[in-house]
Amino acid sequence: MQQEVVLALLAKEPSHGYQLRSWLQQALGPAGDAMNAGQIYVTLSRLEKAGLVSCEQAAGLPDRPDRKVYALTAAGQQRVAAWIADVSWPGPGLAEFHLKLIAAEAARLADPVDIINAQRGELLRQLREAQRAAMAEPHRSAAALLLEGIVLRLQADLRWLETCERNQTVRKDFS
Amino acid sequence: MSDTLSTDTRGTPVLRARGLRREYGRQAGLVRAVSGVDLDVAPGETVAIMGPSGCGKSTLLHLLGGLDRPSAGEIWLAGQSLRGLGERRLARLRRDTVGFVFQAFHLMEELTAAENVELPALLAGRSPGAARRQAGELLDRVGLADRARFLPAALSGGQRQRVAVARALVGDPRVVLADEPTGNLDSEATLDVLRLFEDLHVAGQTLVIVTHDARIAATADRLVTMRDGAFTDETRLTGGTAGAGSGLGALAGLEG
Repeated sequence: MQQEVVLALLAKEPSHGYQLRSWLQQALGPAGDAMNAGQIYVTLSRLEKAGLVSCEQAAGLPDRPDRKVYALTAAGQQRVAAWIADVSWPGPGLAEFHLKLIAAEAARLADPVDIINAQRGELLRQLREAQRAAMAEPHRSAAALLLEGIVLRLQADLRWLETCERNQTVRKDFS
Repeated sequence: MSDTLSTDTRGTPVLRARGLRREYGRQAGLVRAVSGVDLDVAPGETVAIMGPSGCGKSTLLHLLGGLDRPSAGEIWLAGQSLRGLGERRLARLRRDTVGFVFQAFHLMEELTAAENVELPALLAGRSPGAARRQAGELLDRVGLADRARFLPAALSGGQRQRVAVARALVGDPRVVLADEPTGNLDSEATLDVLRLFEDLHVAGQTLVIVTHDARIAATADRLVTMRDGAFTDETRLTGGTAGAGSGLGALAGLEG
């Protein structure tokens, strides 16, 4: 699991591991089925070692085996802020961007529409670069074919961003 | 976004709009197609306006080009305010400063490519000889010198749109306003029109393009996003720093 996603969730409020896990299952739907049950705990212990997360034993709740509560450290908060502002693409996959939007909204880290707009600008800059390179290549050359593939993929990504934004707008209108 | 959109430092705006509104109907049936738009377009700049259909972007383009009048607000074309101009003076200002390119080309089907381009020159009072010469030059510029005698029906979509661009360039307009110029084109023809717009841009032509085609928006210096009649975001596409993970190598999956 992407470490920053877990950090962003903790930016909302300190949580138990199982809370984070059920949140992720809900946000990812069937795409998250492949996630290993223990993965979240592996990530949390790595984050703790890196000093991005602190851990406290919670008292009470004898029916719960998991009594550790995780919270963000100052360094963790910085890492989350940098991740929210980062527009690199392609990242580890669509799920990361998807979770960034949901986590940013849940933890009130940023307006998802601002994140979408920043990402769109970056993808359009990349599209511009790929398109220019494509136009400079001889028609139907091997190099032009690869560039055309990049252009088509960026267009698909941009269309998905449009869908993300429409979804945000619709939800705002009804809330 | 209510604050004024930034301008380039390259000069006085070719096109300026302040507090632009356009409403249709009244009371319960009132539609605010454009509600509170401010815009400055610098000489030589290409601005793309993107948004879903029905967001008011075409209405805005018509207002900017003086084809329609705003309910409120003011527009300056090449420094001249459109407010209070009579139809005749507005038409003359439009002819002298604006070139239009439309999604549906709007060519006269019974005229050849060359005649379509000559027509606005003749209407502007140029001699038939001068009009013919200019049409020849412009068709050459859009790569269609060998199609001058063809009727639009004998041309492909991309070629028709290039004729329309040549026609738009007739009065050496200060600004070309394009409404979904690739909206009716397949991907190969889109590429031809993209190339042409890039050439115009390099030659210093000021362009405002309304589109929902990311490919053409990506050719702009600046992208404005429009929703429900208002600008919601502005992004500069040129001169910015590319983020990590960009670069053609990374996009092709060769690094990172």
